[in-house]
Amino acid sequence: MTLYFLCLILFCIGLYGVLRKRNLVKIIVGLGIIEYSMNLFFVLLGYKMHGRAPIDAQNQDILNMVDPIPQALVLTSIVIGLGVTALLISIAIRIYDKYGTFDITKIKRLKG
Amino acid sequence: MKNPIFITYFVIIPLFAAFSIALIGKYVRRLYVDIASSVFCFLLLFFSFYSVAVLRNSANPAMVYNVGGWIPPFGICMVLDGLSSFMLVTVNLVAFFICIYSLSYMEKYTDKPKFFTLFFLMLAGMNGLIVTGDLFNLFVFLEIASIASYALVAFGTEAEELEASFKYAIMGSVASSFIFIGIAFLYGFTSTLNMADMARILSTKANIWVMPFVAVLFLMGFGLKAALVPFHAWLPDAHPSAPASISAMLSGVLIKTLGVYAMIRIFFNILGITDIYLSALMFLGGLSLITAVILALSQWDLKRLLAYHSISQIGYIFLGIGLGTPLGILGGLFHLFNHSVFKSLLFLNSGAIDYAINTRDLREMSGLKQKMPVTANTNLIASMSIAGIPPFNGFFSKLIIILACIQKGFLGYAVIAVIGSLLTLSSFMKVQKYAFLGELKEKYRHIKEVPLAMRLSMTGLAIICIFGGLMLLSDVKFFLDSAVNVLLEGRNYAQAVLEAALR
Repeated sequence: MTLYFLCLILFCIGLYGVLRKRNLVKIIVGLGIIEYSMNLFFVLLGYKMHGRAPIDAQNQDILNMVDPIPQALVLTSIVIGLGVTALLISIAIRIYDKYGTFDITKIKRLKG
Repeated sequence: MKNPIFITYFVIIPLFAAFSIALIGKYVRRLYVDIASSVFCFLLLFFSFYSVAVLRNSANPAMVYNVGGWIPPFGICMVLDGLSSFMLVTVNLVAFFICIYSLSYMEKYTDKPKFFTLFFLMLAGMNGLIVTGDLFNLFVFLEIASIASYALVAFGTEAEELEASFKYAIMGSVASSFIFIGIAFLYGFTSTLNMADMARILSTKANIWVMPFVAVLFLMGFGLKAALVPFHAWLPDAHPSAPASISAMLSGVLIKTLGVYAMIRIFFNILGITDIYLSALMFLGGLSLITAVILALSQWDLKRLLAYHSISQIGYIFLGIGLGTPLGILGGLFHLFNHSVFKSLLFLNSGAIDYAINTRDLREMSGLKQKMPVTANTNLIASMSIAGIPPFNGFFSKLIIILACIQKGFLGYAVIAVIGSLLTLSSFMKVQKYAFLGELKEKYRHIKEVPLAMRLSMTGLAIICIFGGLMLLSDVKFFLDSAVNVLLEGRNYAQAVLEAALR
């Protein structure tokens, strides 16, 4: 249970970064933290104390194994996170070219 | 039909198109890229109509393709039922016309092959999301479509477009995180990812605490993707900033597929709908409907005005579906189809005006009807459709929604829907007055009507607007009814899919 709470705290740190920080790069880092926290949470769902990898070996009884599906899913999710982060960083670089700043309070040509 | 392989084509064709255009686009002449993308879009349209016909002739309510021969719940399956085929027709019909339009419109941007790559990637994401029967697969396709749309919003790489894209990407990613956590909770609870199997397991467990929690997570996540009112802040920035054909795609089908379809599929068919969820959907729908239309009244930027109306019309769809009665769901889904047609037409019109006179400010334009008759007339048809004037398609769907509200005794919501419709009418009268009627300005003496491809696609969509109301005739009503039945069946979806998978 403690581990889940730590995940929640990590998630909240990330959310704080996204909502409160004014620097574009820090917002992207916050988003990264959110993604890590949820990946960690998903892996924890399938984890068992002292469990082992679910690999079938000869002459062995597998009694206590971890759930492999969340690990596979989290791999996919990490790749998606990589794609989003790469896109965001490239957009942030182009924004810096146009506006000359990373400060979101100065980037506000859209309104209404 | 045993193992209907054509369901996979909805993902394979656009993915193949995206990557082949990305690879060869630089080295061949533009004409070949144009022809290839139109052909691929036409194939998708053909297969979506084919899926409707096949589904009608088959005895079963659902058809399942087991990817790799693995029977669900062990493998990923692709499901085609009434709701999926309805959404497929909507998405691919609009995408086909927008593709034709883009052939000419995207000439003013420099890199057309890249545009078509991203366009087809987005289409692959949307089609995949519609046909998939696996919850995590749904998340992956949702992210494919979302990432392609973030890139497309920034396609012009001007300052405003980048800003809008960044805002959209951050909000969209946070929404995706909520959806991901929701899926994680559901997986932790049911130990399966197959949507049908999940529905079966959830229906055997009564009164579990996790369901409201998951429902709220999904409501936040998909509500942000659908731009319901408390979560709508990104839409009025993102949709106007994209190139016009992409605005049409985003407003026309993306928010409906990623938001409305995914939400109603999960709420009705997996979680099992209850009165609390229904009233939440109805409340959010009514709120979006009235707030967004009031915000739209004061806009002078044509595309921003249309973007606010998208939020308002999404409100109508949720109001109809949230009623939960057969009539209400029919009205909601019918309005979904109609809105995707007329809103994409309106955005294409705004793109045509932008193409001709290079501005989106309503105060700058005047009397364009004399020079651009096709744009003006199609815009008139679309405006009357969205405002709900008979005999155009928007009238019938709004009428059904309002009647359904009265039938179930929600007079307040019915009044809100009528007021929203009136405000929509007034705001589109403003568009007509400022853009098309009045004196032609001196500096616009020499503007020309837009090229043939753009006129063709606008005319095609306008014809659908005029004859859309005929979909309620009893001969073709099966198309809507089969979609409504899927939602009314609720968790029986599980049984239908699992049986179809074994066949």
